[in-house]
Amino acid sequence: MADTKAAEMKLKVVREPSLMTGAVPTHNWWDVEAIFKPGNYCYPAKKSIAEYHGKNLPGLFGEPRDWEVESDDWKLPENWKEIIINGIKERLDKFRSLRIFMDCCVRCGACADKCHFFLGTGDPKNMPVLRAELFRSVYRNDFTLAGKILGEIAGARPMTFKVLKEWFMYFYQCTECRRCSVFCPYGIDTAEVTMMGRELLHLVGVNTNWILEPAANSNRTGNHLGLQPHTFKENAEFLLDDIEEATGVRLQNLNFNRKGAEVLFVIPSADVFADPGIFTFMGYILLFEHIGLDYTISTYSSEGGNFGLFTNNQLMKKLNGKMYAEAKRLGVKWILGGECGHMWRVVHQYMGTMNGPPDFLETPRSPITGTVFENAASTKMVHISEFTADLIKNNRLKIDKSRNDHRVVTYHDSCNTARGMGLMEEPRYILNSVCNNYYEMPENTIREKTFCCGSGTGLNTGEIMDLRMRAGLPRANAVKYVAERHGVNMLSCVCAIDRATLLTLNTYWNPEVAVCGVSELVGNALIMEGEKKRETDLRAEPLAGMEG
Amino acid sequence: MRVLKALIAVVALILVALVVAQVPGGQSLLGIVLPYLAFAIFLGGFIYKVVEWARSPVPFRIPTTCGQENSLPWIKQNKLDCPSTKAGVVGRMALEILLFRSLFRNTRASIHDGPKLAYGSNKWLWLFALLFHYSFLVIVLRHMRLFTDPVASFILPLEFIDGFLEVGATTIYQSSFILLAAVTFLFLRRLVRPYLRYISLPADYFPLLLIFAIGLSGILMRHVFRTDVVTVKELAVGLATFSPSINGEIGVIFFVHIFLVSVLMAYFPFSKLMHLGGIFMSPTRNMANNNRMVHHVNPWNDPKIKPHTYAAYEDEFREFMVDAGLPVEKELPAAAPEEKVPAAEETTDK
Repeated sequence: MADTKAAEMKLKVVREPSLMTGAVPTHNWWDVEAIFKPGNYCYPAKKSIAEYHGKNLPGLFGEPRDWEVESDDWKLPENWKEIIINGIKERLDKFRSLRIFMDCCVRCGACADKCHFFLGTGDPKNMPVLRAELFRSVYRNDFTLAGKILGEIAGARPMTFKVLKEWFMYFYQCTECRRCSVFCPYGIDTAEVTMMGRELLHLVGVNTNWILEPAANSNRTGNHLGLQPHTFKENAEFLLDDIEEATGVRLQNLNFNRKGAEVLFVIPSADVFADPGIFTFMGYILLFEHIGLDYTISTYSSEGGNFGLFTNNQLMKKLNGKMYAEAKRLGVKWILGGECGHMWRVVHQYMGTMNGPPDFLETPRSPITGTVFENAASTKMVHISEFTADLIKNNRLKIDKSRNDHRVVTYHDSCNTARGMGLMEEPRYILNSVCNNYYEMPENTIREKTFCCGSGTGLNTGEIMDLRMRAGLPRANAVKYVAERHGVNMLSCVCAIDRATLLTLNTYWNPEVAVCGVSELVGNALIMEGEKKRETDLRAEPLAGMEG
Repeated sequence: MRVLKALIAVVALILVALVVAQVPGGQSLLGIVLPYLAFAIFLGGFIYKVVEWARSPVPFRIPTTCGQENSLPWIKQNKLDCPSTKAGVVGRMALEILLFRSLFRNTRASIHDGPKLAYGSNKWLWLFALLFHYSFLVIVLRHMRLFTDPVASFILPLEFIDGFLEVGATTIYQSSFILLAAVTFLFLRRLVRPYLRYISLPADYFPLLLIFAIGLSGILMRHVFRTDVVTVKELAVGLATFSPSINGEIGVIFFVHIFLVSVLMAYFPFSKLMHLGGIFMSPTRNMANNNRMVHHVNPWNDPKIKPHTYAAYEDEFREFMVDAGLPVEKELPAAAPEEKVPAAEETTDK
């Protein structure tokens, strides 16, 4: 749990002098040093883990070593500056986005107060414009005429250890959520800048364990938790008991690594591992049983979430490649994806390009409704919300909405599905079809303007809990608003990181509000064949009217 | 002070023009040589920059989706904020470039006891940015009357609309004053709002002050220190037809004006003013969100990067898989191998 108690934090975020609370900084930003102390940084990767990645993708993860963030000696390679500058050059030549985002910012400030990290910390360098200036200042120094001639007057500064420390601090206080990019008049996307910054940091071996270890697990065991195949299967099957207890029905169709299934279903692995993801998983498999879907789940490709996305595009590609490889091996027709934000950013915006086109698959067609998902004609992967919404629209589900009457529900748009995909109406349509009590959070905090949970892109680690609670404040505050106004007691979402982090966030800021996946509420509402009289929901909590 | 550096630069430029205009040959330098040079730098630099951008590929399709995507036919797509077709992208870009769509979304956040975060509407920047850019455009177009003989046909109606507030003998063009007002707003905004002052560089103040000085010198020339318009027109047409000459007294203020304009042109390609070109090429805005529909090619996609294979995975876990009843590709060998669970670091994909 966080070091600072919520009661104290409530005062701090409002009263502590910061740019957010009206205090004016006294030093130029480039004169303010990044100082690491316990609680404001993520632990570096273990040497063995860095070695593992270095062997798989040579040259991209720097020199494996043990190092300490608070020390002034990060044991960097002698030519680390050269590596960074060459790395920038390479990326400028590979990414038009980077070139344009380096050159075009006018510092209009429209992005400044759009970042959840800035709103929660008031730290000026968490304004997206300054976060990017940390990078841009080095770019100007080495790659622009004005910077070379005018130096500091043109806003240029050479790469130094001081700058490197700032990069490590602030590229890991950004969740690449893209909210700032919605408001930028040129569409400058800080996510791109942060991604490049992190790629460069990895080149010189500056990294975090909470990202690299799950990434190593994903590569080896198929999922970030490191669940080996038998454990993954056992965990999932264990949930069949819970389902039977709640519904009286023993599901028959759950299966793994089965060749010849019509659909490969890929989930974020946390959905078979931890509360409340497991209830979402129960929702998925209840739904599939309800409609008789011919599906299989793979233990080899048992992770939707892509931790490579938080490191560099090469590792992202490598981890993502499993989905198509497994679809091909099993001979499925198309792929269905569960509720996972980062997975969908990668599936929607990167997968086809990196590892496609998958000519061995067919354009996804719902075997139940016959609907052809033309919007997935190339990538061949459909989101569970698209799939479920289509089923409901075609009246293929027997639903008893009242089974969610004990919930007053709101919906949190995951950054990735909202701003990196455009999936906004499908989950809302589902929620309105399976719940009687649904309320939206304020307009400036949902859909494309949604606030990040505060812990995305590999930041949901315990050692930075205070920071996470601050960064999640804008989201938590919007939840609080509907909790007080409408009695909302359930925050639904379609993202596994959300399910983990919003739970922590709500426990801290809004203890009365629980967190669930959309599919959990679907599962609650489904009238299963041969079911018993339902008294509890999938969490074994009493339904409305069944209390006591 | 960063604003002071910019101010000193602009004042110095004005002084340079004032002095050079008085020395022999100085007027030809300011009125003929430098404008040509500056225009060449502007054109060359602009093209160089755009070509430099264009040479870097767009490896991934990364539009920022600001509305509902194209999905099931009965779900209403937001075709302008989340376009999936070329026509939609043209619409999105037109809104962005002509009406500053994204800036129109702007809000202002504040934190209050509770804690309570509030997001108020904040359209001032959008309004003044629009006023600034459109008045600038009108002024540039109006100036084309000087370079064309006979005057290009589109200019007269433009002038008529711009100058409908006719006061006395000289037409007053609103665009000039709107420009000054907008620049003043944008400048003061940087000074007054603490976070803007904090992020502003000399390179942010300089163009504002420079454009203010250009506008002011233009207004002074027109309404205070009357300049010989006939001679100016002769010079301008001469510049446009590559036969420039200065035939008479024009007045020093004109040379200040044209020198500052030259500086602005030459400065343009090396500065943030290149957002004029960049806005057309920003990948988060000018790409259709048809990611899963149409294959996008990354020219440097590395086919050598392959996933950890299923075969290697099964080799490592076969025993457990068989025990757990998971199907396997290769059955266990008759004599069970020594039980071994390698740690992550012991297996690699090489």
